[in-house]
Amino acid sequence: MKKLMLAAAVLALSAGIGAAQTVRMATEGAYPPYNFVNDQGKIDGFEIELGNELCKRASLECTWVKNDWDSIIPNLVSSNYDTIMAGMNISDERKKAIDFTDPYTPPPPSAYMALTPDADIEGGIVAAQTNTIQASHVAETGATLLEFATGEETIAAVRNGEADAVFADKDFLAPALAESNGELVWVEGHDTVELGEGIGMGVRKSDGELKEKFNTAIQSMKDDGTLNALLKKWFGEGAVQF
Amino acid sequence: MLSTCADPKTLEGLAWLMCYLTSGKHLLFYLSFGTVILLLAVTAPVALLFGFGGALASRSRITPLRWIGRIYTSMVRGVPDIIFFLFVPIALDQGFEYLRAKVYCDPGAPIRQGNDFVVCAAAKLPLSTADQWVHQAYGLFLAVIAFAIVFGAFASNVLYGAMNAVPKAQLETAEAYGMSPRQVSRRILIPQMWTYALPGLANLWMILIKATPLLFVLGVEDIVYWARELGGAKTAAYAFPHPDWRIYYFLGILVFYLLMTWGSERIFDRIRFRLSAGQATMAGEAMRKTAI
Repeated sequence: MKKLMLAAAVLALSAGIGAAQTVRMATEGAYPPYNFVNDQGKIDGFEIELGNELCKRASLECTWVKNDWDSIIPNLVSSNYDTIMAGMNISDERKKAIDFTDPYTPPPPSAYMALTPDADIEGGIVAAQTNTIQASHVAETGATLLEFATGEETIAAVRNGEADAVFADKDFLAPALAESNGELVWVEGHDTVELGEGIGMGVRKSDGELKEKFNTAIQSMKDDGTLNALLKKWFGEGAVQF
Repeated sequence: MLSTCADPKTLEGLAWLMCYLTSGKHLLFYLSFGTVILLLAVTAPVALLFGFGGALASRSRITPLRWIGRIYTSMVRGVPDIIFFLFVPIALDQGFEYLRAKVYCDPGAPIRQGNDFVVCAAAKLPLSTADQWVHQAYGLFLAVIAFAIVFGAFASNVLYGAMNAVPKAQLETAEAYGMSPRQVSRRILIPQMWTYALPGLANLWMILIKATPLLFVLGVEDIVYWARELGGAKTAAYAFPHPDWRIYYFLGILVFYLLMTWGSERIFDRIRFRLSAGQATMAGEAMRKTAI
């Protein structure tokens, strides 16, 4: 017992003093093509490439951290990492807890996807990922909301009939739809729903300095067109641009 | 990574499967089995230690110590595990960082800023500059503490019961021989209680094995995390696109857990056999009769 306490104390107090600041960036790693774990087991995706470029422009040293979507905001607030880049839409509800940088994507369209184009999205069961603006939107319609921890599970729920439709970012659903050989289709008239103010990087409210650094970097990428090029690379020719 | 796997899109059948199962991501999956076994190997002795402390405290002649032992066992056993698993790591982490902030940071800077818990860079634990594995090891360390506190409380109750099950007459005889209370505990009580404690402890071990998926709740990437991540349907954004294969991965995990519990069952049977020899219990009596 004594040894254990001692080990804990040593671990708690040793780790050195006065090291340079490293920015730890959290992502979910389960939302392709925004962020995902590739087959080498490394984090990959639009936000990873963008985040690395932003850090370079802001001359910051950055590392990536994977964190569950569910606890991604609480862990930012308790300083386990310093930013969130996880396809997180800027919304008023989230702004109560954390701050956002300027959006680094235009408001991304959301869409309903189902097995039939006439799926009942007003009175049926609609799947969405927990704590997303899409989940809040479904809750406001007459439909029954079925929540899942990851985006992938929401699509699986439609495939196995658990839900009538899934509501998520269109860019996330599009690859699944394209590769389903016609099994999955957009719900008629609901294939482009405008929601939110765009995706931004989440930072702590007390971290205004870091937010400004990233805002400057995002602006410079918007100005020289590299952000648009990146959007095109990851979301295809039809991607909405700045 | 095998060299033939450079372009998985051109492969088919068995070659594709071989490459798929040896991808970097799968290697991480295989390693996570090690994480689970490591957690078990570290947690079991630590929890037993907590339990031992709790049981001895509950039997102590010093009243406050007895209260601490009793409160620990009854309180922890009465609160849902998951609440402890969510609470202990956060509380420990913030507690450590708070203490470090008192030592390393400018005392004027507030730690609670509105909703935020902020300490200066030097007080972060682990430091932001530390390697990722340090962060993971730290996460696992917090997980071990959380597991040990919860399972220690149950173990404490089991050991407390086992200590009371040792025949009083034996302890009194030892005292009559002039042994001090400490000697009675060490020479008579503790060696004899194991046979009574074993069924309860074996039970706890089984529950501990089954509880390891809770690691996932604590943010440690264990086998359940990787099974879900690998099993989910993959689009062409990945090198190995495939439909929803979660059922196969979860089936694999099921087999793993069954093997673990089956193996432990056999080991416990052997220990039970050895501990029962020469004991005045039903199992010991049965052994004596067959030996005659």
